[in-house]
Amino acid sequence: MATQPALQVEDLTVAYLDKPVLWDVDLTIPPGALAAIVGPNGAGKTTLLKSVLGLLKPAAGQVLINGRPYDEQRRVVGYVPQRGSVDWDFPTTVLDVVLMGRYGRLGWFRRPGRTDRQIAMEMLGKVGMEKFARRQISQLSGGQQQRVFLARALAQEAEVYFMDEPFQGVDATTERAIIEIMKQLRAEGKTVVAVHHDLQTVPEYFDFVALLNVRMVAAGPVSEVFTHANLRAAYGGRMPFLSELAPESTGVIPQ
Amino acid sequence: MILWDKVAELAGNHTLQTVAMGSAALGIVSGVLGAFAVLRKQSLLGDAMSHAALPGIALIFLLTGSKAPLMLVLGAALSGWLGILLIMLIVNTTRIKSDSALGIIMSVFFGTGLVLLTFIQKRPDASQAGLDRFLFGQAAALLRSDVVTIAALGGVALAMVSILWKEFKLLSFDRDFGATLGYPMAFLDVLLTSFVVLAVVLGLQTVGVVLMSALIVAPAAAARQWTDRLGTMVLLSGLIGAVSGTTGAVISSAADRLPTGPMVVLMASLIVAVSLLMAPRRGLVWAWLRHRANNQRLCLETVLEDLCELAQQHTDPGHGHSEKMLKAISPGAGDIGRSLRELEERGWVKQTSPGHWAITEAGLREIPEIQTRYFGRDREATA
Amino acid sequence: MLSPETEIQIIASVTAVACALPGVYLVLRRMALISDAITHSILFGIVVAYFFTKELNSPWLIVAAAATGVLTAALSEALSNTRLVYRDAAIGLVFPVLFSIAIILISRFAGNVHIDTDSVILGELALAPFDRFMVHGNDLGPISLWVMGCILAVNAAALVVFHKELKLATFDAGLATALGFSPILLHYGLMTLVSVTAVGAFEAVGSILVVALMIVPPATAYLLTDRLSRMILWSAGISVAGAIGGFWLAWKLDASIAGCIAAVQGLLFAAAHLCAPNRGLLAMLMRRQRQALEFAQKMLAIHLLNHENKPEAEIENSVAHLDQHLRWKRDFVKRVVARSERQGLVIEADGRLTLTESGRQLAQESLVA
Repeated sequence: MATQPALQVEDLTVAYLDKPVLWDVDLTIPPGALAAIVGPNGAGKTTLLKSVLGLLKPAAGQVLINGRPYDEQRRVVGYVPQRGSVDWDFPTTVLDVVLMGRYGRLGWFRRPGRTDRQIAMEMLGKVGMEKFARRQISQLSGGQQQRVFLARALAQEAEVYFMDEPFQGVDATTERAIIEIMKQLRAEGKTVVAVHHDLQTVPEYFDFVALLNVRMVAAGPVSEVFTHANLRAAYGGRMPFLSELAPESTGVIPQ
Repeated sequence: MILWDKVAELAGNHTLQTVAMGSAALGIVSGVLGAFAVLRKQSLLGDAMSHAALPGIALIFLLTGSKAPLMLVLGAALSGWLGILLIMLIVNTTRIKSDSALGIIMSVFFGTGLVLLTFIQKRPDASQAGLDRFLFGQAAALLRSDVVTIAALGGVALAMVSILWKEFKLLSFDRDFGATLGYPMAFLDVLLTSFVVLAVVLGLQTVGVVLMSALIVAPAAAARQWTDRLGTMVLLSGLIGAVSGTTGAVISSAADRLPTGPMVVLMASLIVAVSLLMAPRRGLVWAWLRHRANNQRLCLETVLEDLCELAQQHTDPGHGHSEKMLKAISPGAGDIGRSLRELEERGWVKQTSPGHWAITEAGLREIPEIQTRYFGRDREATA
Repeated sequence: MLSPETEIQIIASVTAVACALPGVYLVLRRMALISDAITHSILFGIVVAYFFTKELNSPWLIVAAAATGVLTAALSEALSNTRLVYRDAAIGLVFPVLFSIAIILISRFAGNVHIDTDSVILGELALAPFDRFMVHGNDLGPISLWVMGCILAVNAAALVVFHKELKLATFDAGLATALGFSPILLHYGLMTLVSVTAVGAFEAVGSILVVALMIVPPATAYLLTDRLSRMILWSAGISVAGAIGGFWLAWKLDASIAGCIAAVQGLLFAAAHLCAPNRGLLAMLMRRQRQALEFAQKMLAIHLLNHENKPEAEIENSVAHLDQHLRWKRDFVKRVVARSERQGLVIEADGRLTLTESGRQLAQESLVA
């Protein structure tokens, strides 16, 4: 049997109240991919991610992770939500937040133990934040907050990682650190799927791209899919800097 | 010591012991659960719930004629719970926001409760006093059985909070993340909210409908100032709740015509005020002092820099410049005269003639450090 | 000379409309609960002013009470601006303090103050007609009618004069500032109106009913219309209906008038929530059922469009596999396909579906919209 795709989205339609946000989306991401989901504002990028993670109920279609429904695959999934989705004034420490990544494995009632702490500290080390373990989370910069969220997802010890705008509002150093970790994950054979908004960095950072605009415009290896024609189809006229990205003649944006 | 005699006398008083124990238990329960309510931005839910409980209390009494605390708590909890569900329904199915939904439920439920109370007052076995008791609380009327009810039900709620500690923390901090881990967040939400309803309902007899919400909000708001850890905050909030509950209730039952609810609220609010002002790091007093020190330093450095610049422009570096001119250069630098005297004390400037000042060698040596500090700060701000 | 019953109804109606007018903006600006805070804390102003004037009918009481109301709003704002507590917690901290001090003062000096704590909370509308406004021995009607009438006139005038500014500040505070209207000034203007209205109304109907009158009718109207001016008119109408309905309910049950008015306002809200033409629960349910099929047809069309002329079309677009791919129930698939066929959107051949021209058009239109 061939290896199962890390993520398989089939005919996914999601509607808020009566208004469709995603129409019949198909997406197959192979294991070991470093994948970007890009598209204009309101394209449903975050909605797609949330439906994949079971946070939104689809009107039709299904999602498979490693060929199995999400409910059976929670253990192999890691999630980095948007930084702005939580209250950073919450009274808790950096280490505590990272430990939350262990909660899925712990199950009901059990508290994190010494092993969990060790793993959490190790993951903090990976994002260069071990010195901040005891720090209250409100004292962190935006980039540091994002690193903490990343460490929390790493502490999930997952196989497929979903990240919602991991580079949103972070400093250049953090951006480099995050992309380093993503590439390391890929080297370990893990899959990373990130909602991304900066088209310029897509070829540099990712090897797989899905262009979304309510429906799936195109998805595949960056070298095949990240073309002028596809970008125009996804963004319509709303992409004034398109010409800066790629010479019209080649069609494919040089890596 | 007359005061100590009084305290000793009060301590031996059986009624007062009951009151103190009941209020302490209540304070702990509402403080602990209030911490979660405040962190989840549901501070005003307590207010809505205490008002929404009234029709339940009245209805149970009308139907059963019982004044047993457990029955009344049951009625209150049921109608408070119904209120919560209706608030959720309104918010989820209309464009009405939660603040209006809370306002609708609490005023309509309370009004309905009033209607039911008028029926109760017509019954021969009811007295007008009962109404007052629910509106403003009456600690002195607490019985042993009330205390047992509060302690038992509150104990169950607290035990659940400690068992589900990790889950409730997850719910309060990052609900979506918890859902991806497979925890049933909607269920946990309803459970935790129900405990808040329970805390509110338990306190109605002691603190009263109108002010019970303060006992949910105030201890938590005070506790938050002293710590950055959830566990410490929750414990501290319980402690503050117990202290304000006990002192308020004891003072109220020791004196005539001193309603309990308002007294407890004043005690809790006093602790809030002290916490907001004095808590280390977050306290407003420290923030103000830090701000003032910063400002003063800024004023000094501005004057020194201005003088340095003037010295560089002038052929004679020791030439004195008038205070007026300095004021004109940096009008926002505060009291220039005071800054100059302070700088003179440090030996960084000298007076060349009355009202005229020049920078000294020592002052010039300070300039590079000041400039790198500002440069450094600018860089940090843009990063 | 009107009968006391008629006078009570008139007073209740005037009070209700006077409350509903500023209430519209409280609901729209998501500040509904500030009315709860203000109605409680104004008692502090009344008590303090009473201690100075020793007179319950002094206009200073109203001035002091209104000032306390505005103070409550300002203190809550200041507290939440320290960022030490959340905004909702700030409201929940300020008004209980002022209210507690007021209640303690009243209780301690109960002998000297003729303020009844019960009636502060509950109000006694039934007694309102007995306090008459006498000029040179001429009876000009109940005092509370005059008071509430004046407040109603002031509220109506303020809303008419500042309609444009309030509307702008409510829906686009940024633009309002850019155009030179100060949202802060308007905010405190509104807080002043709310405070004055609460002072006038709570004597008649009690503090909790003031909340009911300020919030429930505007919220009901919000379910019935999208236009601000209509929402104001609807609120006024609903509040009068609730006041008169409440009075008759109280009459029939021999119960608290204030309580009955709140209950009837609640019933009117429930009725609107259930039956409102567009936003009601029933309308929504019916629309959803009707649209479920239409929506499913669109989904089917788009699904077929996505996969037509592709290698996987063989499986994806076969009737037998649709239930698996779209995760629909088999029955539902049959209904959707049958209906789509009838409407000429798809053609079925050998168990495979193909889009007709109009089906393709539907799919493409849905994707664009």
